[in-house]
Amino acid sequence: MQADLKVGLYGPSGPPYNGLIMKTAAPGPSASKERRGSFTTISGRPIHQLYTPADIAALDYERDLGEPGAFPYTRGIHPTGYRGRLWTMRQFAGFGTPEETNKRYKQLLKAGGTGLSVAFDLPTLMGRDPDHELSLGEVGKCGVNVTSLADMETLFDGIDLAAITTSMTINSPASMIFAMYLVVAEKQGASWDHLSGTIQNDILKEFIAQKEYIYPPRPSMRLITDVFAFCAERVPRWNTISVSGYHIREAGATAAQELAFTLRDGVEYVQYGVDTGLDVDGFAPRLSFFFNSHSDFFEEIAKYRAARRIWAHVMRDRFKAKNPRSWQLRFHTQTAGVSLTAQQPYNNVVRTALQAMAAVLGGTQSLHTNSLDEALALPTEAAATLALRTQQIIAHETGVTNIVDPLGGSYFVEKLTSDLEEETLAYFDTIDRMGGMVAAIEKGYPQREVAESAYRFQQAVERRDKIIVGVNDFVAAEDEPIGTLYIDESAAERQLAKLNELRKSRDNSRVRAALDALKEGARGSANTMPLLVDAVRAYATVGEMCDALREVWGEYEETPII
Amino acid sequence: MQKIRVVIAKPGLDGHDRGAKVIARALRDAGMEVIYTGLRQTPEQIVAAALQEDADAIGLSILSGAHMHICPRVMELLREKGLQDVLVVVGGIIPDVDIPKLNGIGVKGIFLPGTPMQEIVDFITRNVRSRVET
Repeated sequence: MQADLKVGLYGPSGPPYNGLIMKTAAPGPSASKERRGSFTTISGRPIHQLYTPADIAALDYERDLGEPGAFPYTRGIHPTGYRGRLWTMRQFAGFGTPEETNKRYKQLLKAGGTGLSVAFDLPTLMGRDPDHELSLGEVGKCGVNVTSLADMETLFDGIDLAAITTSMTINSPASMIFAMYLVVAEKQGASWDHLSGTIQNDILKEFIAQKEYIYPPRPSMRLITDVFAFCAERVPRWNTISVSGYHIREAGATAAQELAFTLRDGVEYVQYGVDTGLDVDGFAPRLSFFFNSHSDFFEEIAKYRAARRIWAHVMRDRFKAKNPRSWQLRFHTQTAGVSLTAQQPYNNVVRTALQAMAAVLGGTQSLHTNSLDEALALPTEAAATLALRTQQIIAHETGVTNIVDPLGGSYFVEKLTSDLEEETLAYFDTIDRMGGMVAAIEKGYPQREVAESAYRFQQAVERRDKIIVGVNDFVAAEDEPIGTLYIDESAAERQLAKLNELRKSRDNSRVRAALDALKEGARGSANTMPLLVDAVRAYATVGEMCDALREVWGEYEETPII
Repeated sequence: MQKIRVVIAKPGLDGHDRGAKVIARALRDAGMEVIYTGLRQTPEQIVAAALQEDADAIGLSILSGAHMHICPRVMELLREKGLQDVLVVVGGIIPDVDIPKLNGIGVKGIFLPGTPMQEIVDFITRNVRSRVET
């Protein structure tokens, strides 16, 4: 790497960047009257002055678009769009202790939220108990701390798990947290057959972007295929994975990179599932996706439309899936956290509303809208409610839900959709040639692509090629301060006290036996899910369960790539 | 003139490293020598890197809310090692109420989301110790 940049405290340096070079579009016919020499999307994609039938001459309606609800689902997976059912308004929330978060959930449900979405703190996400040295200062800060089944019982106290759907953003310890959810449901008397919700459970994007990995890629993939197999038999309505582009985009990817890496991650999961002997139609219908909605309006809408078309072809043509539900890409969307600014925070309400509108016009199945204060802290209750109201206004006041795929047939949107598809397939070729996504990640390929895009965007902002209102233009002398949520240390103290109490009161010999059985299963080829359910029932902690598997599989350490 | 040497570090459990990596490159492009530590570094590891690399400045990237634990520990260790003249700056999500507290323990620069890279480059250039001595 470059002479003056040492990376990873003396680790090896990566090969030079060899990604796509962005081209500049030829100026339009009336270029002399235009504000700039060239126009590009936020991803650096050149945009022409005008799009015409010539841009979509190759497009065949039946083959490439299809009616909503028909292959290849470019126009949506439901024939009736939002006329049948609106998207799920699912606000991601969690902070401090399970007691505090339980109160926030009840408030969100009372305000008309239609699903829960759990944000866990970093110790939970990294499989560490609150008394681990790396948990210092992190307990309850970025989300709710869940250490054992006891915390999960508190988190969902008074909430009927048979009546709602819950999404849980958890990856490395996804199986452990999911096992806890199943046991809480069982204790409430809810049948696993009818439970519905999602665990994120997407480790590949952790290696690429968010970096909340524990184990090396290959054993991590096994945990995931274990969940596929377990749910196909025991929890048939559960979404076993949410293959996520969100974090890849937040880390700096372009729209095309978000789309390509996410869908190629999806291909990898399906391939691993098939390779372990699962019938593709037995688990593929329960795969779901999660995309970002960034600020470049039409590029985002085209991204969702392209995603559906690409996935339908992948599942039917590459994996020979027969069940149409395996072909249909269902996705959750979150507005772009990275687009929020600490400066003039009320501007974030407007950004979020426009991003949410793009997600809706792209046909999302569920949506989280960020709160205006999230560049400063976790959201206050008032800010979170306003974010939910934003969705309700789009759903009930704007009229965009009256029509399915309203932008279908737009020369511009259709051309963007086709271009994004083409770029994604080019990335697929590159990654296939590397031996798949796990191999590409091991080579640092997607990591390098994303880092390069992140830096290029920041340079464009510095040059003011890209304007961020309130940041590099229209700057205010001083911002009116807004009230933010402050998480103090009391959550950590309470969670530590509860953990100490739990370790005294539970049957520790039962815990040890369950953890030993887990290790033995992990060394062999047993499905880890039933073993984790047993450990959860014995009130083993997240840290203890994760440590048991660390003992067997070791921990992953990355070579940082700038 | 000798180049300014900066250690960029990601302490704590958080893995969101976009900011750390972008700023590492920006400082490098501005003519500084940059050492990026990688993820999940303890305060001890960060200060050891600063000592070993003869750093003029340390940039900590913290988005998780753990800054009030990590920064005081880094400052304490720098004092213990006799490195109090190393400039410490923090970037990330830092609530307003914590800014005076961090300034109070000797963190000179605090940069919130949206800060132009040039502003950080200029701040470090202006505030690092003079390196006329060898």
